[in-house]
Amino acid sequence: MAFYSILFEKTEDRIKTEAIEAPVFFLDLNLDQVIEAIVAGRQEYNLKPFFYTSLGDIKAINYRQEIMRDLENKVLFDIITSFAEKMRAMRTHLTLADKLYYKYQKERMFLDAISIYCDAVNCLAHDLSLIELKSRGFLAFREYLANYAESIHFTSLLTETKKLLDDLGSVKYSLLIKGDSVQVRKYEPGIDYSVEVEETFEKFKQGAVKDYQAEFSDGISMNHVEARVLDFVTKLYPDIFSNLDDYCARNANYLDETIGVFDREIQFYVAYLEYLAKLRQAGLKFCYPQISMESKEVYDYEGFDLALAHKLINENSSIVCNDFYLKDKERIFVVSGPNQGGKTTFARTFGQLHYLASLGCPVPGKEARLFMFDRVFTHFEKEEKINNLRGKLQDDLVRIYDILDQATPNSIIIMNEIFTSTTLKDAVFLGKKIMEKIIELDLLCVFVTFIVELASLSEKTVSMVSTVVPENPALRTYKIVRSPADGLAYALSIAEKYRLTYDYLKERLKS
Amino acid sequence: MKAFLMYRDRDLDLQRELPLNEPALTQDLELNTLFNAMARGDNFIFEVARKTVLSSLSDLDTIFYRQDILKDCLKNPLIAKDIYDLAVESIESKNKHYYWFFGSHASPSSILSTSVAMMQTLIVFLKKLKNMAEDHADKFESVGFTTLFEMLKRELSDEYFATIQNHLKELKFRNGVLMAAELGKGNKGTNYVLRQSSDQKQSWLARIFPRKPPGFTFRIPPRDEMGARALGELKARGINLVANALAQSVDHILSFFNLLKTEMAFYIGCLNLHGYLAEKGEPTCFPLPVAPGERRERFNGLYDVCLALSLKQRVVGNDVDADDKDLVIITGANQGGKSTFLRSIGLAQLMMQCGMFAPAESFCANICDGLFTHYKREEDVTMSSGKLDEELSRMSDIADNVSTNSLLLLNESFAATNEREGSEIARQIISALLEKRIKIFYVTHLYELAHGFYDKRMANAIFLRAERQADGERTFKIIEAAPLETSYGVDLYNSIFRGSGIAH
Repeated sequence: MAFYSILFEKTEDRIKTEAIEAPVFFLDLNLDQVIEAIVAGRQEYNLKPFFYTSLGDIKAINYRQEIMRDLENKVLFDIITSFAEKMRAMRTHLTLADKLYYKYQKERMFLDAISIYCDAVNCLAHDLSLIELKSRGFLAFREYLANYAESIHFTSLLTETKKLLDDLGSVKYSLLIKGDSVQVRKYEPGIDYSVEVEETFEKFKQGAVKDYQAEFSDGISMNHVEARVLDFVTKLYPDIFSNLDDYCARNANYLDETIGVFDREIQFYVAYLEYLAKLRQAGLKFCYPQISMESKEVYDYEGFDLALAHKLINENSSIVCNDFYLKDKERIFVVSGPNQGGKTTFARTFGQLHYLASLGCPVPGKEARLFMFDRVFTHFEKEEKINNLRGKLQDDLVRIYDILDQATPNSIIIMNEIFTSTTLKDAVFLGKKIMEKIIELDLLCVFVTFIVELASLSEKTVSMVSTVVPENPALRTYKIVRSPADGLAYALSIAEKYRLTYDYLKERLKS
Repeated sequence: MKAFLMYRDRDLDLQRELPLNEPALTQDLELNTLFNAMARGDNFIFEVARKTVLSSLSDLDTIFYRQDILKDCLKNPLIAKDIYDLAVESIESKNKHYYWFFGSHASPSSILSTSVAMMQTLIVFLKKLKNMAEDHADKFESVGFTTLFEMLKRELSDEYFATIQNHLKELKFRNGVLMAAELGKGNKGTNYVLRQSSDQKQSWLARIFPRKPPGFTFRIPPRDEMGARALGELKARGINLVANALAQSVDHILSFFNLLKTEMAFYIGCLNLHGYLAEKGEPTCFPLPVAPGERRERFNGLYDVCLALSLKQRVVGNDVDADDKDLVIITGANQGGKSTFLRSIGLAQLMMQCGMFAPAESFCANICDGLFTHYKREEDVTMSSGKLDEELSRMSDIADNVSTNSLLLLNESFAATNEREGSEIARQIISALLEKRIKIFYVTHLYELAHGFYDKRMANAIFLRAERQADGERTFKIIEAAPLETSYGVDLYNSIFRGSGIAH
């Protein structure tokens, strides 16, 4: 099987023109935050277009899921990370070679860049040959890379690079600075006087003290005095430096294009997995969803909102997971209950799961089955106040009309708290009307609303409620359940509060 | 080179964190009075005393090691003072003579020249110290001092001083700076290694007809300032390491003197305190610590050293034998000396566990793993429920930190609520702590609590009482006796109100 791309199995799958704009529902689902966090620190790869384009068929999704699963192997992940680091270092060297002023500095940077590239290719080829791979994508790439690494073109590049580096490494010289004169001459061996002085005072060593070493600008560029010294050094070693000139002239186009593209595209997986790692560390689960074209009996257990989880982990707060499932004819979650109880989060989770699954990514939850949607539509009440309520209601209805007009039975609609600023009578009336349309379309929907009447409109609706601790309604559990749960009341005595009763204290003093 | 006057094999670390309950200990035991007496106005000694007294030792060996050194100091107070003064003076020399204070932009050559000069000065102090060691070695018996003196004689020989002088001369670079280099990143020179200039060792013949290695020479034109700076930097790369090595050596020698000063400061503090007490005629003794697992608390003439330091007259000492006891409950008259007694227990324990003498005629106790105090706080009496909250919260902090063989001093704890509730809370807490083998001294008015424990006839509990004579006069003596129901508040009332003529 010929290797084409690590993101797309077939040439025709490739994105024709890479999307620059995020899909419209990104903002409502907080997917903009999720993707921003995933690609953070990887601007050079320009990964966003990959995350802005969902895949249209299950085969394409499977191709990526296989690769992602392979990469879950820590060993392979580290192999790829180290390859990426080297390629990054290579690019840094090329940029520097451009910027530097003195010829022999430019040439040395270029030589180093190629040396890093050779090392990156060789290591990757070697490491991949030792590891078990299952995905079609990786298997094809491994074969491609092995052939390349053995090609005459590559092996002779490698030999030549090594030889030059060894030669330059062997260059040594002496410098005598006296007054305003500098003498550059052949190397003379001798002892390191600094060490001798240090040894004399060894006995006084008392542990860490201040470092008095002057910091020299670590910049790679040289001043004109250093440049003159280097000039004299080239005269001490003329052959080595003329070889270097020749080498640079011949190898301007050393980089293999397929490898260059792989280096970028593989970051789609690496970035996503690295993002997951932090969440997994906090005990959150991810799974590879089963994707169905036909069945709308979707479910996810222990799911959560990625954007919120990411934020809470940074604040060291705990994250509440939620389950959902739809059976038989059930299509629509109608979510109601107290505010700040996690309703919107639940709605976003549902949308995020489906979208991420369509990219070929693992999703939050320990087990999931999701639907192969054609489009996602969201309508979230905007926070900004508009004075003209009638104008707002009209805008809302126009938007909802557009959505219902474009939606097919294979679409997903997520509605969040619409009609909050109309009269209750209007809201109930409009809500029912819209719900009827949705029911008719037989599509998957999450409908967050204060209109409890909508919850029991049809056999397709499922009522979900955000819950609180009954004794203390100010306490949210952030659990969204099919039916409200009961809590138990208990009073704490003041000593118990401080865990200072005999039993508590015995327990505390155990360790 | 190490002083090792506080530990057999390690330095005193002033940066070590004090126990979390340090503020409570300082307040409850009035430790600042003790530290002030040790410091006699010297802030440095105050700090060393504070850190040392509050960082209790838990091993017998180190306690005896310090006791022996302290005994030597008590025998030779003037020499001890001389050693301390020499250390102080050597450290101050850096402020007096040189600006030992390099900004981040100091060049290696200025660092080097300052270090050479500073080193010349420090050598003089090292020689003085070595002479002291040679002159007084026979007057000291402790392992600590004899080891230090022998080390000084061994390490600081005359030949060694001569070697140092040679280096200091060479480091003036009369013949230029010679170094070797290689090509590094971007073909820029790197790995500059300083060489000893060979000219010194050449014969006169070689000097007249030098065997010139093949080379190229260039000069920086007089007006090329950038070039001069660049050349300076190149040279700086060559001498960077040696400048650093010498400057660090200066710092090492300074920190040797600093350690000597720090460790001696503790003993000078002990000498100061001893002076005050001896002047007043208060007794002191070297306490006998025993292993943490044992239960010992036996003393004669134990007094509250802080009270002794603030009163003109002599203070009352107590004799108690509470060996094999885990729980000591102290009841009795108000103003009868209970709090003073409790404080004297804590102070003596701390003083013993830092290697100091004890304020008693004799004192023997087991070492404790952590000393904790839970005192009734006089402040925030506004809300009684808030106050119990506050007391419990402090108790909870203690529960987080106590361990087997800790010593806990409770003073009127849990009196913030009514007696029944307070007693019950205290009973549960104490029972749990005793089972963890925590040693407890509890001064209390909670009769129900005290009697509850008394009725159990526990072998590991003892009950003490502030003595009151038949006429109601307090002796400030603590005696062994069962708890009484009244705490003689009437007495207090009577004496105050009668005195002011209000009572009838």
